[in-house]
Amino acid sequence: MVIMNYNNNNMDIETKTIGNIFTENPKITSRNVNVFYHDKQAINNVSLDISSKEIISLIGPSGCGKSTFLRCFNRMNDTIDGCKVEGNIVLDDQDIYHPSVDVVPLRAKIGMVFQKPNPFPKSIYDNVAYGPKIHGLASTKDELDSIVELSLKNAGLWNEVKDRLQSPGTGLSGGQQQRLCIARAIAVSPEIILMDEPCSALDPIATAKIEELIHQLGKNYSIVIVTHSMQQAARVSQRTAYFHLGELIEVGLTKQIFTTPQDKQTEAYISGRIG
Amino acid sequence: MNNDHILSTFDNDLNRLNKDLLKLAKLATEQFVNSIDNFSTQNIEEIDKLIANDKNLDELDEKIQQLGFEIIALRAPQAGDLRRVISALKIATIFERIGDYSRNISNRTKALIEMSSDDTPGVNIGKMGLVTQEMLEDVIIAYKDKDSDLSIKVRDTDVVIDKMNTKLYQEVLASMSRNKKNIVSGTHILFIAKNIERVGDYVTDIAEHNYFLINGKPLSDNRPKADKTSLYGQD
Amino acid sequence: MSNNNKNYTLMDAKKAEEIVRSNVKKRRRKDIVLKSIGQFAIFVALSFLVFLFVSIFAKGIPGFFQHYVTLEVNLDQKRLDPKGDLSPDSLYSGDARKLVLEALYKEINPKGRKQKKAAKKILSSNAEIRVAQMVLENPSLLGKTIPITFALDDDIDSFLRGYIKRDTPESDRRINNTVIKFVDVLVEKKLVNYKFSDYILSGSASRSPEIAGVKGALIGSILTLFVCFILSFPIGVATAIYLEGFAAKNRITEIIEININNLAAVPSVVFGILGLAIFIGVFGMPRSIPLVGGMVLGIMTLPTIIISSRAAISAVPPSILDAAYGVGASKLQTMFHHVIPLAIPGMLTGTIIGMARALGETAPLLMIGMVAFIVDIPNSIQEPATVLPVQIFMWADFAERMFVNKTSSATIILLVFLILMNGVAIFLRNKLERRW
Repeated sequence: MVIMNYNNNNMDIETKTIGNIFTENPKITSRNVNVFYHDKQAINNVSLDISSKEIISLIGPSGCGKSTFLRCFNRMNDTIDGCKVEGNIVLDDQDIYHPSVDVVPLRAKIGMVFQKPNPFPKSIYDNVAYGPKIHGLASTKDELDSIVELSLKNAGLWNEVKDRLQSPGTGLSGGQQQRLCIARAIAVSPEIILMDEPCSALDPIATAKIEELIHQLGKNYSIVIVTHSMQQAARVSQRTAYFHLGELIEVGLTKQIFTTPQDKQTEAYISGRIG
Repeated sequence: MNNDHILSTFDNDLNRLNKDLLKLAKLATEQFVNSIDNFSTQNIEEIDKLIANDKNLDELDEKIQQLGFEIIALRAPQAGDLRRVISALKIATIFERIGDYSRNISNRTKALIEMSSDDTPGVNIGKMGLVTQEMLEDVIIAYKDKDSDLSIKVRDTDVVIDKMNTKLYQEVLASMSRNKKNIVSGTHILFIAKNIERVGDYVTDIAEHNYFLINGKPLSDNRPKADKTSLYGQD
Repeated sequence: MSNNNKNYTLMDAKKAEEIVRSNVKKRRRKDIVLKSIGQFAIFVALSFLVFLFVSIFAKGIPGFFQHYVTLEVNLDQKRLDPKGDLSPDSLYSGDARKLVLEALYKEINPKGRKQKKAAKKILSSNAEIRVAQMVLENPSLLGKTIPITFALDDDIDSFLRGYIKRDTPESDRRINNTVIKFVDVLVEKKLVNYKFSDYILSGSASRSPEIAGVKGALIGSILTLFVCFILSFPIGVATAIYLEGFAAKNRITEIIEININNLAAVPSVVFGILGLAIFIGVFGMPRSIPLVGGMVLGIMTLPTIIISSRAAISAVPPSILDAAYGVGASKLQTMFHHVIPLAIPGMLTGTIIGMARALGETAPLLMIGMVAFIVDIPNSIQEPATVLPVQIFMWADFAERMFVNKTSSATIILLVFLILMNGVAIFLRNKLERRW
């Protein structure tokens, strides 16, 4: 079954995805994205809009390509040998895979949080200050101090670490480390934050804290979150996209996907029958 | 102890559910009280307004069901939260039913108005309505304040209505056998009384759900019982 | 989709338990046998090590000590300093030897030419230089008569240690009866004492074992290692960084990698031939100088440094790279801000271990002429020098009995340096290693 979707710009594209892949004033538009690892195709013709200040989660069984798709947005796939990305990904009217695009400013604009909390083996302060430093966002020590403080406050970590900013970031608990990584990501004032299974290494309470943080951050940033936990997708996101075998099967409002999914595969996955 | 969830959206959803349910409760109570009032004032305009109002209750109930559905799907509530959501869904359905009974009372009141008042058995519907109204208001307070004692009191009050209903039944039956003209109107009145009695039963149900919600165990069945002679024939 | 949950009947639990129980003994026996073999192997290895250390220390420790005689020498100004200007020239041309011998004769009273000739054998040939040096350092001593300690000749030293036996027939002995008589007199007068050698650490190469020392070789080794480090560390680390961080994974990189790995396995003497052919043959550099030696050792050490530095770089967790790239660090920033600080302990450890290997290397240095007999202590990397292991190699070749001890002493010194370097490597690793 092929459904023709039409977006506001009347650009018609062919997609098998069920549900509306378009959004009002999209921040990122991806069209017909294919990703290959050497000869193996990991993503097959995926088109999806990410709107500004929304939280969208990508779910699906292991190896369905959701992480690969996420890593297309800040070109983290560039660091993997033999990885090739085809198709169009446009961020604010700019094709991010255009040869003239430099990944450094791109990654400053699109922050990323990883599966395992990975603070630098430096002090808490230096972890957060690193991004602003290399991008030259602060010209004085005071400015840098205030960036660090605000970032930690926004990441809900300030009260826990304000008295020990110079102690190593790796000395924090797992959940605190992950919030430190989030603080590090937002310190460079990105517009979009990508999260690759940010809670998979954390206990339920730390997870709940991160989820609440994601919810709060969703008011100011577009957040794309990949998660193995369907419940997490249900809890934090406004929209949910279901991937299977490198294809985007269905996308829709989270409450719709989790109560009345339109596709049989989506329903089977969400209700714990495949995957 | 802090009673909030770490996830603020969960609390938001639960609060919304609660708010909507209380709004539905208020609407249902109003409908019921008005239907009893209209029975005595016999104001056709008011009655029509009441009948038209019923769809608001239906819509609100629909909204609550949808929200509860989403909360279960998206937030996976556990323990007290789960009882709260499930109870809320059940209670909402009951209020919606109370709304339906109120409408039915109004329909029958309208029918009675169209008949001559001489042909109507004179019985005290208003008093029965008042007791039921009190129960209804009490159970809403009990829900709002998580008051399990009040819930028990509400449930135990139901027997009063049952007794009133039995008495009324006998009166109307006597009236109908005295005067055959009264049979049509008497039947309407019987049904109105029956509806009020049903509302009382539903309120009892709410009290029981509320007790379960608060205490996590069902309310024991040890309560005053009344004569059930009035319960012939169902609506 | 429904799971077919059929229960297949497995072996009875009681029966299974019996079988397992019957096997336990056999398994335990195998464990014990394996453990014993391992312990035996370790015992054998340790025995060899103990044997090596015992034999080296048994010979080497006495090598650090030697016999001295204390004589009252009259430091007559006119005879010592004929020109009277206290210049080294004047002092070295003076008559210090006669003054020392006179002091000796006073103690042992030799009669006639033959006995005097025998008496001359008692002192080390270095005695007059020692007097001249003392005066040079402290001219106020001139004109005084002061006790001065002189090293005894190595044969006398051997005799006093008992290596030369008194009951050996005179014709088979390196020292004759007259000399023995004089030594006895000196011993009787309590003028002879046995103490820590002045020469082993501060002396340079010499044919006379009693005044031979490792200072020249040690400085030669330090200069050579310095050149080796300056050359191999930056090149090695830069290569490792490039190969790990920047090089595209293609055939050329692969070939380079394989060749580096092969280079690590090339016998060291081959590097010596390379040095001889290129540095000395093509570039015409002088032989025997630490510069060339260091360059040869540097090339030899490069693969070790590259391999260990690459290992250190690739041991940096990829999550750190992700983190750095994720906040928008460039490749260079990622490398220099995150990867290298984390890899530096590993790089340094590898370098020091490579250096330690270079310190102990002999063969390639023989090829470029660092085996020459060099008395002067080198002052720069362009002066001829030798190195410790080569010094050991040369001493092991010398005939004099006391060089056996000297060889072991030099080996101990070399071992101390190797242990020091490895200790520094371990210290650095523990100190700089960070947890992540």
